[in-house]
Amino acid sequence: MLHHLLRQAALPVATDSAPTGVTGALRELAPSRRNFLKTVAATGALVVGARLPSPALAAGGAPAGIVGPADPRPHLFVIIAPDNTVTVLAKHLDKGQGIVTGLATIVAEELDADWAQMRGAFAPADSKLYGNHFFGIQGTGGSTAIANSWDELRMAGAAARAMLVATAAARWSVPVGEVRVAKGVVSHAASKRSATFGELAQDAAKLPIPQNVALKAAKDYTLIGKPGLHRLDHASKTDGSAVFAMDIRRPGQVTAVLARSPRFGGTVKSVDDKAARAVPGVIDVLTLPVGVAVIAKNTWTAIKGREALAITWDDSKAETRGTDQMLADYRKLAEQPGAVAANTGDVAKAFASATKVVDSEFVFPYLAHAPMEPLNATVALNPDGGCTIWAGSQFQGVEQMVVAHVLGCKPEQVKIETQWAGGSFGRRATTNADYIAEAAIIAKAYGKAPVHLVWTREDDIQGGRYRPLFLHKIKAAVDANGVISAWQQRIVGQSFMAGTPFEKMMVKNGVDVTSVEGASDMAYPVANLAVDLHSPASPVTTLWWRSVGHTHTAYAKEVMIDQLAKAAGKDPVAFRLAMLKDHPRLANVLKLAADKAGWGQPLAKGKGRGVAVHESFNTYVAHVAEVTVNDKGHVTVDRVVVAVDCGQVVNPDVVTAQMEGATGWGIGHALRGEITLTGGVVDQTNFDGFLPLRMSDMPKVEVHLVDSHERPTGVGEPGVPTSAPAVANAVFAVTGKPVQTLPFSRGGMV
Amino acid sequence: MIRITVNGQERQVDVPEDMPLLWVLRDELNMTGTKFGCGIAQCGACTVHVDGAPTRACQTPVGSLAAGAKVTTIEGASGKVAEAVRAAWQKLDVVQCGYCQSGQIMSAIALVSANTNPTDADIDAAMDGNVCRCATYVRIRAAIKDAAQSVRA
Repeated sequence: MLHHLLRQAALPVATDSAPTGVTGALRELAPSRRNFLKTVAATGALVVGARLPSPALAAGGAPAGIVGPADPRPHLFVIIAPDNTVTVLAKHLDKGQGIVTGLATIVAEELDADWAQMRGAFAPADSKLYGNHFFGIQGTGGSTAIANSWDELRMAGAAARAMLVATAAARWSVPVGEVRVAKGVVSHAASKRSATFGELAQDAAKLPIPQNVALKAAKDYTLIGKPGLHRLDHASKTDGSAVFAMDIRRPGQVTAVLARSPRFGGTVKSVDDKAARAVPGVIDVLTLPVGVAVIAKNTWTAIKGREALAITWDDSKAETRGTDQMLADYRKLAEQPGAVAANTGDVAKAFASATKVVDSEFVFPYLAHAPMEPLNATVALNPDGGCTIWAGSQFQGVEQMVVAHVLGCKPEQVKIETQWAGGSFGRRATTNADYIAEAAIIAKAYGKAPVHLVWTREDDIQGGRYRPLFLHKIKAAVDANGVISAWQQRIVGQSFMAGTPFEKMMVKNGVDVTSVEGASDMAYPVANLAVDLHSPASPVTTLWWRSVGHTHTAYAKEVMIDQLAKAAGKDPVAFRLAMLKDHPRLANVLKLAADKAGWGQPLAKGKGRGVAVHESFNTYVAHVAEVTVNDKGHVTVDRVVVAVDCGQVVNPDVVTAQMEGATGWGIGHALRGEITLTGGVVDQTNFDGFLPLRMSDMPKVEVHLVDSHERPTGVGEPGVPTSAPAVANAVFAVTGKPVQTLPFSRGGMV
Repeated sequence: MIRITVNGQERQVDVPEDMPLLWVLRDELNMTGTKFGCGIAQCGACTVHVDGAPTRACQTPVGSLAAGAKVTTIEGASGKVAEAVRAAWQKLDVVQCGYCQSGQIMSAIALVSANTNPTDADIDAAMDGNVCRCATYVRIRAAIKDAAQSVRA
């Protein structure tokens, strides 16, 4: 079974870090500059050369043109072409977060390039050359990309610059120290000579890679942290020319859709495919362990063919409960102690002497990622027994290993052409390469032509890999001085790490860290703290979802804090600030957001402000939300102020965009997002049931960036955790009722 | 054979009449700028213009198009308003993943063509059918106002 493939593959993951939110892991992993450059040189990872990128490459499209004739090993980060373009090869997937632009900014800075000459393209799949230093394999996630590439791309840019300077100095017979580089022009003032990068590139490529280069001081940056650098993908994504995996058209390709069990864990019992085969344009119907694949000459026909299938499913091992029953089971489980995630002081003793105790139960539904581009991948079998995959590939290293098992080839024979991805939010990063493995299985079984496997939106909404359903039970007390004296939290929800190759790394003493991150390690100092966890199993598949455990832990924590502040008779901002004396970066974003939002200023009747602050992925974010609650109890989110400290900002507009988007993501799902099951079958099928945030829901968003020269951290996820609790706390300020069951629509608030 | 006019060019396609225009564009004509997002007219990623009116291609059977109907896709959108909308989108770096933006832009062009001074309520009404999971809505709103202003100027 697919679930076991990766385990057999002995995935060489890093042992001391994690793909998501393990606080502190990133801090320990800053490589020394000197060692890093040695590594770069040893692998030849920087080549400045005469390789001509294809026109598609220049437009930021497929990396088809990166392999030069003289060097078939395309282990490059920077290509400087004679046409004076500088192409940065991104080993990370760009699914909208703007990483191609961010990585290019880092290189351009050290290279002293002109922004107009910068291009971006996706690196080929190769974990040895392009591994994520936090994962040990190639992959994107956990808001690691900038932190991961910060050193290696500054090194690459600086080394390339040094090679251009040395080439110019030799060509002009002038001292290296007199050659200057600015805005893409190499010059020598005394002799009034100058050259473009393109004019120097071919000769520069002949030089050895420098073994020691100086990196710029932050005060000398002209591009990093500066406004005005447009996204490299903004033109191709406004004229229809950007190529997503969905747009791949290989010669002779066929389209496949797959009928999967309507219940998680179900398998095919019998199939009547006569009617499906009779649909004109249907080429084949294949019954496979993953489901029944209909192969057709185009997507529409494949979908019609699938509708004509009559399948009997074996549900003997399937989930047959509904989510109401699952939640009832979770509540029962919560009556018993779970695996201990945090235990300091003596909670029982503290409660015994407490005067003000707050008891809360929080319920978080299953949530789908529903990226705008439905999952899809094209697989072409190659004569060597391997294949080429075109996909919005997020975990290339995992996908190569899984598909190698499917095909019986070596991982390096699985070529991946990474494409621009139409969103992910965690969905494209799976521990068993689910949809890409499906495509490979179908391509192998069909065998006659490249196969494009397309998930419909219904497949996506009903296809699992959800943010798990979670129940939190929290009891906390404030003492006579208004200090939190005790906090007991029991969390119940599925572990999506259990049973995967990441289990050993992510599940410690029965505690999946992704289920408790943000709770067991919360910044607020509580002398008596107990957090424990139940991880009930279910065939319903679950997965990390933008900001992972923090999606629910930060919400429960921050809504609870407002209830405790009220019990203590304290202002929510002042209550938090008093507890954050040892967390200056958290305190700072909290103060910044509160100041910019006009915290404390009077609001009209029916309006309220709420705040939340949280650290995730080593980035610090505070939200202040303003809401209106009308006389029917309906909530409108009017305005949101965000403050973020992500260390050194690389591209401020990209960071701002991520905060805007993450705010919408958090609020949209809090308002209406939920996946429910009845009798094991998902109730929602499409965007008419799983209701997305729309234009009229979107508040005004103001983003404030902390000016910092700390090492840069990620921004894709950290804007999510505080957005929804800030809104909930604003509602609490108006109504006096904490919002403890999500989505808000459950409480008739939208 | 069905005849349709796409971006000013007459094309012939050998498909059933009930095949949605979306799949004719994407799979038969290889015009992939128009996107598949939901298939039930709930997300707007497939928005094209039929005789200038924003239309969900996924719910438009190709056989239902009137004879001589002019289909315009993101690849063919041109003219003063289209240029202003694209320029505003680029100036404000609206896009994130970009997958919905063909549809967003086609809806925005239709809005600004009909109303060169849209209010927030006008924008809500015209754009609520276009989903952006990256939630670029703040910038879409700003870009529509920017484009409308440059069309007025």
